Amino acid sequence: MHNRSESAAEPVIEVAGLAKEYRVYDKPEGLWASLRGLWHRESRTIEALRGVDLRVERGEFLAMLGPNGAGKTTFLKLLSGIITPTRGAARVLGHVPWERTDDFRRRFSLVMGQKNQLWWDLPAAESFRLHQEIYQIEPRRFEQIRDELVEMLDVGQLLGQPVRELSLGERMKLELVAALLHEPEVLFLDEPTIGLDVVAQHTIHEFLRNMRRQRAVTVILTTHYMKDVAALCERVVVVTKGSILYDGSLEQIVDRFTTHKVVTLDFEEPPAAGQVERFGFPCDIRGPRVTLRIDRTRIAEVLPELLAEKQVRDVSVEDVPLEEIVAGLFRGAAAAAVPAAEAVGAG
Amino acid sequence: MNSGTLAEPGRSGRGVLTSLHIWWRMLVICLEERLAYRSDFALGTLMRFLPIVTQVFLWTAVFAASSRSDIAGYSRDNIVAYYLLTMITRAFSSMPGLAGGIARSIRDGSVKKYLIQPVDYVSFLLASRVAHKLVFYAVAVVPFAIVFFVCRSYFPPAPDALTVLAYLVSLVLSFLLGFFLEATLGMIGFWFLEVSSIIFAYMLLQYLLSGHMFPIDMLAGIPTGLAGVSLADVVRWLPFQYTAYFPASVWLGKVQGWELAGGLVLEFAWLVVMIIICRLAWWRGTRRYSGFGG
Repeated sequence: MHNRSESAAEPVIEVAGLAKEYRVYDKPEGLWASLRGLWHRESRTIEALRGVDLRVERGEFLAMLGPNGAGKTTFLKLLSGIITPTRGAARVLGHVPWERTDDFRRRFSLVMGQKNQLWWDLPAAESFRLHQEIYQIEPRRFEQIRDELVEMLDVGQLLGQPVRELSLGERMKLELVAALLHEPEVLFLDEPTIGLDVVAQHTIHEFLRNMRRQRAVTVILTTHYMKDVAALCERVVVVTKGSILYDGSLEQIVDRFTTHKVVTLDFEEPPAAGQVERFGFPCDIRGPRVTLRIDRTRIAEVLPELLAEKQVRDVSVEDVPLEEIVAGLFRGAAAAAVPAAEAVGAG
Repeated sequence: MNSGTLAEPGRSGRGVLTSLHIWWRMLVICLEERLAYRSDFALGTLMRFLPIVTQVFLWTAVFAASSRSDIAGYSRDNIVAYYLLTMITRAFSSMPGLAGGIARSIRDGSVKKYLIQPVDYVSFLLASRVAHKLVFYAVAVVPFAIVFFVCRSYFPPAPDALTVLAYLVSLVLSFLLGFFLEATLGMIGFWFLEVSSIIFAYMLLQYLLSGHMFPIDMLAGIPTGLAGVSLADVVRWLPFQYTAYFPASVWLGKVQGWELAGGLVLEFAWLVVMIIICRLAWWRGTRRYSGFGG
């Protein structure tokens, strides 16, 4: 599709020391404070992003995880040129994003969870036509791409309805179609599955996986759902307090930040109190079903011992759930990621 | 026309024709959006006639109470014709909701769409405003025609073709000037989150100084403190008169010859100045924009 000047070897996104500070005004409560605020306002600087470095190659699917206010959305806003940084440099497809050249803007898309590019009072088909003009998509190509996307997401019957009448999930699918009509080389997705039901989430996962197979599109998505990550991305960047805490594969997160495995045992008889503690830390005991947290280095020796000693009907060994690891990372206490009882009990 | 733009790098497809094409599509889509609310629109149009009726009654009472047959060069008939004509100018130059809409889009973050897409926000707003006006005229033409027919006796004989042409030019310029004045006002939203009071103050000022409230000739008697300079002399140099007074006075023959030509040149100059200020505000504003609203 696009045969642009930069070679395939160059990264699609290159970010060095990118920082963004916001000045916010504190507004104390009360009328008197508000009146005083007319003359003098206390301001402070918030560092939303503190010198981030990142390289993303063509075709990568990268997930950004982080608690609320970590700087994920700020990062996407910088990369799509909505805001200008306080310090640092970034290049996306060879362009400085905040220069907002039309050439750059024709080659990427940003989908923000609840913000719509579709016209509220018009059918989506009209918004798509406008996109065709704005992005100067050749008419036949436009129809081909549109029909393809519409079929993949199964939204054909929604095109003629005013967007305001659609459900959140339906709207999100149409937003995705709108964002992909011009065949962007880079796609930024800001919480694309927020508020969607499981079926809609699954459809969008399937769709993005398909996109990935068919086109060399580079994707950065921010999310709070581990399901998004597990379904789509092999590279994960964890951001907290404006800095990158972890950048690597999903598997490595598990390797690097967990010291334990979660072992669930179904005994023939409920074990007597104090009988299982010497094998590992008991997280949950429900009758004959016991969940233990066992040191990864010891699992090979503990498990045979346990199986030899007790009558066990069933056993499963699992990693600490991803949610737990990431929550631990967010808290800055990754090594101590203790699985919550119910999360493990279900497995 | 568009064929091959995908394969070609850069801005190659960006001719004037392409821009017109985009603009046309924006116009069409805005028209469709406008028509989605046509009943609301029709009502809004009719409401516009109310103030004019009260103005006519007010001035009839003023003339009845006074023994003079003209005030600041306006007879009773002149005054009625003047108000009806400013109603026409206002139909071109007033931009209901424009400044507030821009400020709101900045505050709630919907302006982001125009930062991301390869489209110019101001051109887009202009297209949408042209669509807005076209729908308005389509709805308003009948009531306007009725009012002007009923009030035809108040008007002097129609001016010559050249004056009519100048009148039409001044109207088109007043549309553009009104647009860029209000668009610039809306961009203050980049600096202050709450602009409704600023907009209100502007509206008040513009109501007084544009000739919308009374013909600005009536300010001739008000001194400014500078020797020999009246308030009317100052107001004549400001852009506001073009959003109400000037086109009306062209039709009534109050400005003629060189004065008319000079007026049109000044109107055009103000338009250029406002376009530049508007662009500058957008440029500076988007640079300090912090992408509110998620």
